[in-house]
Amino acid sequence: MLLNIRDLHVSINGKEIIKGLDFSVNRGEVHAIMGPNGTGKSTLAAAITGKEGYEITKGRIIYKDEVINGWEPDKRANEGIFLSFQYPVEIPGVSMTNFMRTAVNAKREYKGLPPMPAGEFLRLMEEKKRVVEIHSKLTNRSVNEGFSGGEKKKNEIFQMAMLEPELSILDETDSGLDIDALKVVAKGVNTLRSPNNAFIVITHYQRLLDYIEPDFVHVMFNGKIVKSGGKGLALELEERGYDWIKEQFED
Amino acid sequence: MSDNGKKNRVIDEVTKNEYKYGFVTDIESEQAPKGLNEDIIRYISKKKNEPEWLLDFRLKAYRHWLTLKEPDWALLHHPPIDYQDIIYYSAPKPKKELESLDEVDPELLETFNKLGISLEEQKRLAGVAVDAVIDSVSVKTTFQESLAKHDIIFCSISDAIKNHPDLVKKYLGKVVPYTDNYFAALNSAVFSDGSFCYIPKGVRCPVELSTYFRINAANTGQFERTLLIADEGGYVSYLEGCTAPMRDENQLHAAIVEIIALDDAEVKYSTVQNWYPGDKEGRGGIYNFVTKRGLCKGKNSKISWTQVETGSAITWKYPSCILKGDNSVGEFYSVAVTNNHQQADTGTKMIHIGKNTKSTIISKGISAGKSNNSYRGLVKVSKNAHNARNFSQCDSLLLGDKCGAHTFPYIESGNDTAILEHEATTSKISEEQLFYCQQRGIDKEKAIGLIVNGYAKQVLNKLPMEFAVEAQKLLAITLEGSVG
Repeated sequence: MLLNIRDLHVSINGKEIIKGLDFSVNRGEVHAIMGPNGTGKSTLAAAITGKEGYEITKGRIIYKDEVINGWEPDKRANEGIFLSFQYPVEIPGVSMTNFMRTAVNAKREYKGLPPMPAGEFLRLMEEKKRVVEIHSKLTNRSVNEGFSGGEKKKNEIFQMAMLEPELSILDETDSGLDIDALKVVAKGVNTLRSPNNAFIVITHYQRLLDYIEPDFVHVMFNGKIVKSGGKGLALELEERGYDWIKEQFED
Repeated sequence: MSDNGKKNRVIDEVTKNEYKYGFVTDIESEQAPKGLNEDIIRYISKKKNEPEWLLDFRLKAYRHWLTLKEPDWALLHHPPIDYQDIIYYSAPKPKKELESLDEVDPELLETFNKLGISLEEQKRLAGVAVDAVIDSVSVKTTFQESLAKHDIIFCSISDAIKNHPDLVKKYLGKVVPYTDNYFAALNSAVFSDGSFCYIPKGVRCPVELSTYFRINAANTGQFERTLLIADEGGYVSYLEGCTAPMRDENQLHAAIVEIIALDDAEVKYSTVQNWYPGDKEGRGGIYNFVTKRGLCKGKNSKISWTQVETGSAITWKYPSCILKGDNSVGEFYSVAVTNNHQQADTGTKMIHIGKNTKSTIISKGISAGKSNNSYRGLVKVSKNAHNARNFSQCDSLLLGDKCGAHTFPYIESGNDTAILEHEATTSKISEEQLFYCQQRGIDKEKAIGLIVNGYAKQVLNKLPMEFAVEAQKLLAITLEGSVG
């Protein structure tokens, strides 16, 4: 099992957001997590990636057979956990090339490898840019600075391609995307899918799942996964909305 | 050969020369008693075999200094300086030599390693006896031959006083008169040594001039005096300082740099200042009171200051340009970093006098720890300076919530045709930016370095290439441990 979450409770500023969540992911699988706004989907992503201020009060996150509850975010990243951010931040003055090179070499250092030679790195960039149909301009600009919504999301998938994570979490990657950008993003993900890695796709809408076909669909509500099923569940949610879930599982 | 290799060879040369001339043993016992009075000044002048006019200059400066009070307008706090408790003349002598690197503060060594400084140079910087590794190829000689071919004069100011008295007499104290301020008066009275450079008419200096290449660059730190003249159509890029942490027994530093650019001349002056900033509790550290000023005397002349200020407990420094020639251009690019208990009050003055003069100010302050960082700048347009232009951008970046950033822009415009623009921002490194970097596998320290270097890029880009690379590493190191 790649990821195994047991009875997870997460609080922000003392307020419990995730309230006893069980969830597991095997290599080769794509899991979709759906649910109404404010049910803890993004909090789950933050807890898995180790963001500061997200306090695990109970339960365990087990990744590759190790409890990672207390790990620094960069260690988790270097162990292969990747988050495609819902709102990627801008870092003025830092070129995408420099940023990626720092990230790639940080991972190599972690693995005990020497830094990647410049030429090899640039070739890798070119190759991965093609995966997400990024024009070369994008990588010469500062990280996310002045990027359109679509460019930012493509850039997230580009970084995913560069870092070759084992577990990728896509947090609302479809929000704010037009259909063309959505297709590009989905194509990128599908290209990277393999029996060795896994994806958690957090989304509010079924739309993205037309392009990234999940093996499992989970519904999150009020800090827990309340329903799991196959792709059909997403379609059912699309048709019936979330009200019936709310009614059924309201405290 | 690598740059470091070059440097090492030059350093070896320098070391060799010192021993060769018996520089060390001859002068070691010579030291003036503590304190400052006219006798001390006569003593200094005599020791240096100076001409009468220079002694006069020193004495006038000293007498004027007596009438002045230490300035207190900067946002700086320090215990009173006892000017009678300082030794004003001490012949250059080597610092106490250590047997090996094992005796050196491990923290210092770690910094050296992070900066990628070679072992030999580490020894030199830390004051360890360096074996006289003698290299037959002398970069320094090649360097000086290349300068001589162009009739460029680059020597210590003491040598210039001896060998080029007319030039020195013509320009010394003309840009920064001894009446300018308290520390300028003090420096004029007691300056020990420094650099002199003259670029003849129409000559573009083919190399970047660095104090690394000057034989007696060592031990002139305390009251350094630099005079740089670019004659008509001349060009020079001058580098001062180095990125390795510099320790000095002398706490008070008061340097003067004067630049004169004649018609169509251009001078680019880059500084990396990394004097000892004191320990984490704010004990010790250099007080750095510097007067730097350039005079764009001729038409179409240009003077550009670029500085990366990371060291010193106190930095008081306003590299300025007097834009006297028509169409002259002044530039000031600055990154000032303060951490722990450091205090910096730095900025520039752009004085527009000639017509169609232009100035640009880009200042990037970075404060961390419990430090205070102020930008203080004046843009002055005099009555006849038609069509003067200034663009100022003063940004402050805060790391943590115990530090301070302050901006004091002063504008005096006496001409309606002037166009003056000022932009200022204050920002913090956000948790979101740090998390974003960490999520990509970059640890917190590296992430801060990356973000800060991005912030300072506009200024770092102005530095000569190899200097810029070192300065980038330096910024990251200076801020290590500044975010919890």
